[in-house]
Amino acid sequence: MSLDNDKKPAIELVGIDKRFGAVHANRDINLTVAKGSIHGIIGENGAGKSTLMSILYGFYQADAGEIRISGAPVAIRDSQTAISAGIGMVHQHFMLVEDFTVLENVMLGAEGGQLLRRGVASARKELKRLETDYGLDVDPDALIEELPVGSQQRVEILKALYRGAEILILDEPTGVLTPAEADHLFRILQVLRDQGKTIILITHKLREIMAITDTVSVMRRGEMVATRKTKETTVEELAELMVGRRVLLRVEKGEANPGAPLLSVRNLTVKDGRGVTMVDDVSFDVHAGEIVGIAGVAGNGQSELLEAIAGIRKPFSGDILIDGKPVAGVDPARLRALGLAHIPEDRHHMGLVLKFEEYENSILGYHRDPRYGRGGLLDLDAIRKDAEEKIAKYDIRPPNPRLKTANFSGGNQQKIVVAREIERDPKMLLVGQPTRGVDIGAIEFIHRRIVEMRDAGKAVLLVSVELDEIRALSDRILVMFAGKVVGEKTPDAGEQTLGLMMAGIAA
Amino acid sequence: MDNYEIFVSMLGSTVRLSIPLIFTALAGLFSERAGIFDIGLEGKMLASAFAAACVAYATGNAWLGLLAGIGISILFGLIHGFASITNRGNQIVSGVALNFVAAGLTVVLGQAWFSQGGRTPQVPNGARFDPIILPGAEAMRHVPIIGPLYSQVISGNNILTYIAFLMVPLSWWVLYRTRFGLRLRAVGENPGAVDTAGISVTWLRYRALIVAGFLCGFSGAYLAIAQSAAFINNMSAGKGYIALAALIFAKWKPVPVMFACLLFGFLDAFANFMQGKQLPLVGEVPVQIFQALPYILTCVLLAGFIGVARPPKAGGVPYTKER
Repeated sequence: MSLDNDKKPAIELVGIDKRFGAVHANRDINLTVAKGSIHGIIGENGAGKSTLMSILYGFYQADAGEIRISGAPVAIRDSQTAISAGIGMVHQHFMLVEDFTVLENVMLGAEGGQLLRRGVASARKELKRLETDYGLDVDPDALIEELPVGSQQRVEILKALYRGAEILILDEPTGVLTPAEADHLFRILQVLRDQGKTIILITHKLREIMAITDTVSVMRRGEMVATRKTKETTVEELAELMVGRRVLLRVEKGEANPGAPLLSVRNLTVKDGRGVTMVDDVSFDVHAGEIVGIAGVAGNGQSELLEAIAGIRKPFSGDILIDGKPVAGVDPARLRALGLAHIPEDRHHMGLVLKFEEYENSILGYHRDPRYGRGGLLDLDAIRKDAEEKIAKYDIRPPNPRLKTANFSGGNQQKIVVAREIERDPKMLLVGQPTRGVDIGAIEFIHRRIVEMRDAGKAVLLVSVELDEIRALSDRILVMFAGKVVGEKTPDAGEQTLGLMMAGIAA
Repeated sequence: MDNYEIFVSMLGSTVRLSIPLIFTALAGLFSERAGIFDIGLEGKMLASAFAAACVAYATGNAWLGLLAGIGISILFGLIHGFASITNRGNQIVSGVALNFVAAGLTVVLGQAWFSQGGRTPQVPNGARFDPIILPGAEAMRHVPIIGPLYSQVISGNNILTYIAFLMVPLSWWVLYRTRFGLRLRAVGENPGAVDTAGISVTWLRYRALIVAGFLCGFSGAYLAIAQSAAFINNMSAGKGYIALAALIFAKWKPVPVMFACLLFGFLDAFANFMQGKQLPLVGEVPVQIFQALPYILTCVLLAGFIGVARPPKAGGVPYTKER
């Protein structure tokens, strides 16, 4: 299990180099992964982790470098060669056919002949064996779309093992899991390691690295900057290696000083397009000068709640009050005029038009403001000047308002949205997943801005699936499960307590 | 004619009018289940009808005509593939373009080669698929009830008709019982799953289009050298679109496809029968109403009144590996 073990390493990457156009995604990467170990690879978004693993799995070809499996050089031209070299991959977005059964998904690509019948019988037998050997229990005849996310992930692992994988790569495996499901996954990974499999875990969550890996390698801007034994390192050291400087993992903030309620939600029920109740009779207040965090596993109604308050989704019943005035069903433009700003959960889908230039996005939704033009014509000079000011103030890089928004990194795109909404000086701020797909430096910046809003006496409603973020920022935490608010906690409530509430087990 | 005879003769024409729909809808089934929208069915049908008529006329052999129809139809499928799979173009645009090419080219070439206003000359006897009289059909003719059914509906069709009905279970078997079928259904739902399983998405989708071309070739040949004996300007007359509607109506499943095509064929036969006839109270009903019915029914279905028709998830989306 340790690096000084004399058996041959499962994987050696030597001098791997890969460019996408102007982007140097992987620079001269060297990596050694010991057989029978769990090896974590950690780094910010865009550090090149996924590219490196895609090269290992045959999705891309490296421009230079060598891959050795158990000491022997292997040319991995496509996923087929990777699979036959004993490499299996569990992708961040599952590669499953949703209206197929578990069995059909496992068989796909390894059917064992032109006709399915014989393959089905042997696959069934093999699944049974994998289940007893590794504790991977999934009903082979269940349809994927009817399985919970945790089980779908087990199907992905089964797929890899069914193809005889000795090396298993997991790309951000816990992003979609509840804490309990993540624990279950980690137990499975430990069993796999103890049976001699080699596991590579890609993540940006330091906690997971510390909890489960034997060795950890850190990537930064396309380079492999360090490899440590997990026992001999600390969260602080790894965080520093990731960003290249010291970062505050905790947000520094003083006591909240809540005033009168600014935003009230009363018995709100929201249904989705299919008529399924997504938000179920929810009531709460957000006071001036406080941050209320909504915690929950994705898909438990937080998105719909946020959209209903923002005026994007019509509530089915109940009231939303701003300063005591009912605003349920009022359109977003009117809500903005009332002082409600909204940083939507998905910046690509709702917050930005990626094909627009930066300055065009910097006034999206506020283009009727007389400062930006009159009589239906836009005053482009004024808008660009305004955009340049925001770019300077929010350190948006590169500082070019004429650049197409798609060409900014995730963190900088998010800053464009944050700058646009906060600089309007709203009375209330709705924030959804403010740091999803954002690097550590920008996370820190955005968190500070949100706390500043609170300190300036604004009411902030924060929705995030990152429990750490909710705990770091919120003054009060509401936990949502299956559309209901199942409880209210203070941020010093334990992670386990909140995790159980998020899983709907305790209130 | 008594009512039963009318019923039997209408059943006979229902079958005859359904055959090109069945071939074409099954063709669409293979390409759409693989995630390639196939609006170009109409064009493939027209082009293969033209090719079948030309070759049958030139060689005097119906089978060579059929082969030519299949060949052209596959070629059209490959062009569609080159545009929409290899070059990731818009599948609808590519399909519509092929329809225009087929509509224009058949007329221009027909005029240039035969100078009959876009028609091909009459195919000689023996160079088309003639009706096959099943044993005992004549003797059965006068047996009550079953007799007319056997001699007019089951017997007396050409070989392509029987092939069409064989293709239905065969398509089902290929889709649900073979490796190719499993992979084809998977690539239409989630090409990423296929790619990461080490299977080429591109080659798989091309193969789906080849199968589609093969099936669609039969429908063109049926129109030109089985149902009639020459190619006529725009002889597919929207049947490709009706087949597409039948495919949606049948929720992309082979056996329901057959029934949907029979239903739409029946509506067609009924429209022909009602032509010029007076209905009590309403008077003469315009044929157009019956001709529009397949589309209306499909719209009603799409609006969700008869259960949800869920198209293959990856349909219409060119596959690119994610960064």
